[in-house]
Amino acid sequence: MNRRKIKSPSDLEKLRQEILAKRDPKKPRIAICAGTGCLALGARKVITTFKEELKKRGLENEVEIRETGCPGFCEKGTIVVIYPEGIYYLQVQPGDVPEIVEKTLVEKKHVERLLYTDPATNEKAIHEDEIPFYKHQMRLLIGNNIKVDPKNIDDYIALGGYRALAKALPEMTPEEVIEEVKRANLRGRGGGGFPAGRKWETTRNAPGEPKYVIVNCDEGDPGAFMNRALMEGNPHSVIEGLIIGAYAIGSHEGFIYVRDEYPLAVENTSIALGQAREYGLLGRDIMGSGFDFDVKIFRGAGAFISGESSALMSSLEGKVGAPKPKYVHTSIKGLWNKPSNLNNVETWANIPLIINKGARWFTSIGTEGSKGTKIFALVGKVNNTGLVEVPFGITLREIIYNIGGGIPNNKKFKAVQTGGPSGGCIPERFIDTAVDFDELTKLGSMMGSGGMIVMDEDTCMVDVARYFIDFLVDESCGRCVPCREGLERMSEILNDICEGRGKEGDIELLEELSEVMKDTSMCGLGRTAPNPVLTTIHYFREEYDAHIKEKKCPAHVCKALIEYYIDAEKCTGCLACLKACPEGAIAGEKEKVHVINREKCSKCGICYDTCKFGAVIIS
Amino acid sequence: MDEDKIDKIIEEHRTDKSELIPILQDVQAEYNWLPQDTLRYIAKRLQVPLTDVFGIATFYKSFSLKPRGKHLVRVCLGTACHVRGGPRILETAERILGIKTGETTEDYKFTLESVNCLGCCALGPVMVVDNEYYGKLPPTKVEKVLHKYGYTSLSSGKGGET
Repeated sequence: MNRRKIKSPSDLEKLRQEILAKRDPKKPRIAICAGTGCLALGARKVITTFKEELKKRGLENEVEIRETGCPGFCEKGTIVVIYPEGIYYLQVQPGDVPEIVEKTLVEKKHVERLLYTDPATNEKAIHEDEIPFYKHQMRLLIGNNIKVDPKNIDDYIALGGYRALAKALPEMTPEEVIEEVKRANLRGRGGGGFPAGRKWETTRNAPGEPKYVIVNCDEGDPGAFMNRALMEGNPHSVIEGLIIGAYAIGSHEGFIYVRDEYPLAVENTSIALGQAREYGLLGRDIMGSGFDFDVKIFRGAGAFISGESSALMSSLEGKVGAPKPKYVHTSIKGLWNKPSNLNNVETWANIPLIINKGARWFTSIGTEGSKGTKIFALVGKVNNTGLVEVPFGITLREIIYNIGGGIPNNKKFKAVQTGGPSGGCIPERFIDTAVDFDELTKLGSMMGSGGMIVMDEDTCMVDVARYFIDFLVDESCGRCVPCREGLERMSEILNDICEGRGKEGDIELLEELSEVMKDTSMCGLGRTAPNPVLTTIHYFREEYDAHIKEKKCPAHVCKALIEYYIDAEKCTGCLACLKACPEGAIAGEKEKVHVINREKCSKCGICYDTCKFGAVIIS
Repeated sequence: MDEDKIDKIIEEHRTDKSELIPILQDVQAEYNWLPQDTLRYIAKRLQVPLTDVFGIATFYKSFSLKPRGKHLVRVCLGTACHVRGGPRILETAERILGIKTGETTEDYKFTLESVNCLGCCALGPVMVVDNEYYGKLPPTKVEKVLHKYGYTSLSSGKGGET
């Protein structure tokens, strides 16, 4: 497509009006989530079925189909929203498509069964703001995902995109931009929580040219995917923030580092950069301001530690992505030893909002020390999984119960894990804690990049600690001894405990190792690695004791400490478990009680899942 | 090794050390793994020590120094998948394919790997075959998914480690 260069702020407004003039707001539009989550649930087939169905009925010119980014409610994908009414359909399958077209687009009625149903009242919700999952959120960053096709810059411009850039470049000096970001007290969303404005100022004032700006989309924390959703779903919001930052810092070259596991984010961001370039929003003399800036996209190659700022910069230089000791910060000497400012995707996406609406507005949201909103990945044992954006200060209870809809299958809530492998497990008694950077740290956990993994009574906390330590053993770069060796020793101890070889003194040894690692590791990975162990010991010591002293796993997770058997009272002799058992470990005949041969049993749990009568028991 | 092919890939980038990772990514996309002679050739062309190239190729998880199967099966072991039964999906895939994680079947049809998080956490447990995602996957469905990619019981059995 031939795009005319935008040479001034008024050009941008003119273009916006032209885009809007070409669009009929009353024209029916089908927005379908084409984010990684919904694609995993079959969204591609839903999209092609819609196209075929519209063609079949000769409606292809009457109705627009828009493939959008992730609106967050992944649990209920594929998500389809019919505009202009904004009718929200959930869990749409290809087979539902003809009915949606017939009933909603032709007859203007609702397909009741695809609407959200409140599990308590059975009431239906038609629009986004009536669905509890969305109602309690404040979706400043992610709210536009369902409204824009990330592969079409015009959608972003139609919603007022790049207006913040059009304001900053001619009206504000770089210092004024930094001042505004400082006043907004925007703290880094990647986990550290360092004030972005101060970081920008350091890089701006640091000696040396050129200066670099970097978007960190190496989102490695397991259980977090908000960066993916933003980068895939609304890449221009991040790019606009980055250009404004580059202007404020005095940088003319930027990088977007995307992890290898996010191919769709790479694809959509590359398209977005190309389109921004065509409009002259990147390149020389942006909007006639005299400011030059361009961005390269860099695909990571699969290393958790490369998300650390100095490691990421090493990776950009074509080296092994291992961290460096930070005698000098990367904001002063970073990429190729030049001043380099790195921020997380979500941090950058906040910038256009702050410039457009002002620091005063931004600071009206949140708590004393944490301003604005935060996107959390609400996952694990919770009914409504997905991405939730909430103002700082909301309680864990509100997130897990009001938005998340509580714990599935009437199970009991046990803990919520925040902060990825650097964070910790927060028990039920702190569920009314207000969520912000400082409060979570007080509990021994941390905000991290926003993963929030809910755990129920069936989750073993010792196994969770082991899981994180084994994860980190795998991901430690191995450069410093405390991290490399400390993690290995911790892993040995935790694996012993989980496998029934735990002994008196193990807990104390874990605590001692933790202290050494915290004090002496080179980078954040090693210094925070003990957090999952320390918090689980602190809050769930009785589970450790049960494993060590009684050789029992109360949550029935640790294989070495459990046995499967069949309850003769409940077994109907249906042969289902016998047929399902991959080891041939179950003996029995039709309508006779079955028996598990413990010698052969691999404790895979398939019989437990298969039995409809609750006859397979774990002890 | 086809030197022209590698030359063409290098030419698409700059002949600069900082382009090493993207060059290796493109070479792997071409061969599905990184044959040793390609690493030697790249080191020579970019005038960097072979140890540096080897360092990169072994540090980053997406690179493989052994041939991989036609289909790459990856099971997510991120936290959300872990608490929802990801390890059982992996065990099931290991049992069906008759190989351990990191190995390739004898007929080079399947390579099985675990991955530390695919960012599909709301749909855990997740398995990805090539670039197709399978979310909310119960262990009982793993075999059915593998059948879609031509799994027969003949495919199982140990090949080489990746």
